Amino acid sequence: MPISTTDRRRLLLAASAVAVSALMPPPAAALTQAEARGLIAQVMTDVQRIINSGQSEAAMLRQFEALFSRYGDVPTIARSVLGPPARSASPAQLSSFTEAFRGYMARKYGRQFRRFAGATAQVTGARQIQSHWEVITTMTMRGEAPFDVRWHVSDRSGRNLFFNLIIEGVNLLAVERQEIGAMLERRRGNLDAMIQDLRAAG
Amino acid sequence: MPVNHRLALRLLVVLAALTGLAACHPRPPGATVHDPFESTNRAWFDTNLALERALLPATDRPAGPPAPSPARRTIRNVADNLSTPRYVVNDLLQARPAQALVNGWRFVINTTVGLGGLFDPAGALGLTGRPNDFGATLHVWGVNEGAYKVLPLFGPSTERDAAGMVVDAFLDPLNMVLSTNERAGAFVLRQSGRIADRIEYADILEATVLQSADPYVQARLVYLQNRRHFLGEAREEEFIDPYADFDD
Repeated sequence: MPISTTDRRRLLLAASAVAVSALMPPPAAALTQAEARGLIAQVMTDVQRIINSGQSEAAMLRQFEALFSRYGDVPTIARSVLGPPARSASPAQLSSFTEAFRGYMARKYGRQFRRFAGATAQVTGARQIQSHWEVITTMTMRGEAPFDVRWHVSDRSGRNLFFNLIIEGVNLLAVERQEIGAMLERRRGNLDAMIQDLRAAG
Repeated sequence: MPVNHRLALRLLVVLAALTGLAACHPRPPGATVHDPFESTNRAWFDTNLALERALLPATDRPAGPPAPSPARRTIRNVADNLSTPRYVVNDLLQARPAQALVNGWRFVINTTVGLGGLFDPAGALGLTGRPNDFGATLHVWGVNEGAYKVLPLFGPSTERDAAGMVVDAFLDPLNMVLSTNERAGAFVLRQSGRIADRIEYADILEATVLQSADPYVQARLVYLQNRRHFLGEAREEEFIDPYADFDD
C-alpha cells in the first residue's frame, strides 16, 4: 500500500524534529533541584530576618524591594505582567514601568508580611515544570492551618531567580497581569499615565 | 413528624438540589473564568461589600491587621467545631478515611477537652484538620464547576458549590441530635465564625483585592484559583512561563 502524502509529511516532520533535537545542545549546566531549593530557603531566611527585625514599616518595605530585585527576575516579571503593550513600549517606558512595578509589589505584598512575624517556613518539596523548578514551601502560623506557597525558579535570565509565586493556588503573575491590564484600561491604554498611577498604588 | 418522613423530606430536598445541577452552565474546557451572569454578580458584589462596610466597621478599609482578640479566636473555634461533623460526612462521601479520622478526632477532642469547641486542643496536638463541603464532594463525583456566582450575603461561589451549600445543610449529622432551636443557634454561631474570619483577614483582602483597579475581577480570579487549589485540581495548563513570551 502506498504511503499517503499526509503520512509521508508527518514522517518527515517527526524525523526532522528528532534531527533538530539531536543538534540542539542539552540544557547546559541547568539549574539543579538543590540550587532552586537553596535559593528559596535563602529568600525565606532573609524575609524572616526583615520581619522580625522590628524596624519601621518604611525601612522594611525598602528592604523587601531590594530583596525582590536580588532574588526575583523583576524585568521578566514586569514584562510578562504588562503583556502585549510591552512590545510597543519604548525602552525608556519599559524601564520606568519595571521600576514603578518593583516598588508597587514591595509595598502591596510587603505590608502583608508583618503578619508572618514568628511564623515558621520550610521547604517541603520541589518538582520540575517544563525547564523550570517549582519549590514548595509550607508556612505555619500559630493557631492556623499551615498553608502552601510555591515559588517558580529559573536560570533563563543567566542567574538563578524566582519569577512567580503561587500562594494557596493564587497565581501572582495571573493576578498582576489582570490588575495591570485593568489599570491600563482605566487610563484608556495610556502607558505613561498608568505608570504614574502605579507609583502611587500598593 | 415521624423520623422516616423527615428523612424522606430531607432526601427529596437533596435530590431537588442535585437536579438543579442539571441546569448548570458548565465551564467550557480551557476557560479559566466562566461568568455568564456578570452583571447580576457585579450588583451583588457591590451590595455585599456595602453591607459589610456598613455593618462591620472593622472591614471598612482597614490599614492593618486587627488587634488580637481572644473573643474572635473563640468564635472561630466554636464555628469550626460545629462544622466538623459536616467535614467528616463529606470526607466519607469522598472516600478519604484518613481525613475523616483526623476531623472525627478533632470533633471528639475539641467537644470534650475543648469544652464544646471553645478551645482547640486538637490543633495544639498537631491535628489541624481540613474543612470539607458538599461542593467538594460533587467535584470528586465529577460534577462541573458551573458558572461563577456571587451569592447574596455569602459572596463568591460557583453553581456547583452553591448547590453543595444547600445539601450540606440537610446532610449535617448535628441535625439528628439538635432541636430546631439549637439548630438555629448553631447556624448563627457558624455564620459568626465566617464574620470573625472576614475581620481577621480584612486588611489582606483590602490591600490585595478591594483596593485594586477592578475589585470584582480580582475577587473572582483569587476565589476561583484558591478554590480549585483546595479541590486539588491539577492546573498544569495555568503554569505561566514568562520566558516563553520572548522566544518568538
